[in-house]
Amino acid sequence: MNAKKKPAAWPLDIYKVFKQVGIRQIAYVPDAGHTQLIKSCHADKAMQTVLLTTEEEGVAMLAGTWLGGARGALLMQSSGVGNCINMFGIIQECRFPLLMLVTMRGEWGEFNPWQLPMGQSTQKALENAGVVVQRVDDAAQAGATVFAAAQMAFSANRAIAVLIGQRVVGFKDWSK
Amino acid sequence: MARKTAATLDRRVVVKAVLDQRKDALLVTGLGSSCYDAGAIGDSANTFYLWGGMGAAAMMGLGLALAQPKRQVLVLTGDGEMLMGLGALATIGAQSPRNLSIVVIDNELYSETGMQPTHTSRGVDLAGMARAANFAQAATIRSKDELDGWIPKLYESGGATFVAVKVTNARYPMAIRLRDGAHIKNRFREALLGAKAFD
Repeated sequence: MNAKKKPAAWPLDIYKVFKQVGIRQIAYVPDAGHTQLIKSCHADKAMQTVLLTTEEEGVAMLAGTWLGGARGALLMQSSGVGNCINMFGIIQECRFPLLMLVTMRGEWGEFNPWQLPMGQSTQKALENAGVVVQRVDDAAQAGATVFAAAQMAFSANRAIAVLIGQRVVGFKDWSK
Repeated sequence: MARKTAATLDRRVVVKAVLDQRKDALLVTGLGSSCYDAGAIGDSANTFYLWGGMGAAAMMGLGLALAQPKRQVLVLTGDGEMLMGLGALATIGAQSPRNLSIVVIDNELYSETGMQPTHTSRGVDLAGMARAANFAQAATIRSKDELDGWIPKLYESGGATFVAVKVTNARYPMAIRLRDGAHIKNRFREALLGAKAFD
């Protein structure tokens, strides 16, 4: 169940959806679960990838992206959601679209107890901050779910988070 | 580094001098006094006013600058707002946009919360931090002559530019009434993008 052993198909499915819906700016804090997707975006000359020091920068940045007439997405791990909470106020007050892809930690086979508090709070924290949450627990559904989320974000001007479950991302087998 | 000479510039004089030369530059303000300054001196549909999201202004400027590479983007904010988002200096420095400038109106005070001193009153040098974060050019400005020399550089696409302008503790009434976020956003997009704003 370790995603690092062979390349999974779902990151490429998500990348194809990004192209389909016209995503041009990718803001991210590096995360193991998003490694392949980040690589695909880096390799695409038509995409601008922006390396953040902390996730809330991406929320503010993508508001500016939309102001300028472009579309972007924010990639992060569930721990990063906690960093974003106050910035979501901008998104809600201004009705900015915001598409976020969150790889989950602390929920399925997690070996690191320090990941559990934020992992278990992620969905509730997002919903309390006015973000619509959709989950992917079956890798085959990743592309379709991100496509649907992008439609909602950019046509309804809302913040949508797609949580990519730890069953999809894989977990480190700490028993070895 | 921190010279302890009292600031003499007035924030509204500084902001007026900066905005008088903006032409079609796109402007993002930070929350608080810099928002009120920009609104009082000359409202424009090319201005996005942040009334919240402390620490957001510089990053919002980056997203806008990347989306509009042919337009110059100016961020006008305060020292407290910039301090809350210092990581943005590293993110912008690493990205090196050609068309983004940041002006910090630095009164060394949190004006909105009761005039408590900020870190810049205790030796923290924001321009030095921007320079160390790979901005193309950065300066701390204390006189009108220095300001006049730097203003044209804010509107040239010569790389990420940062200036901190030391100003007095003068406060002004909150003259701007426009504060509905969705309206400010839609107005900005319609002015910039025309009918495409509502695609």
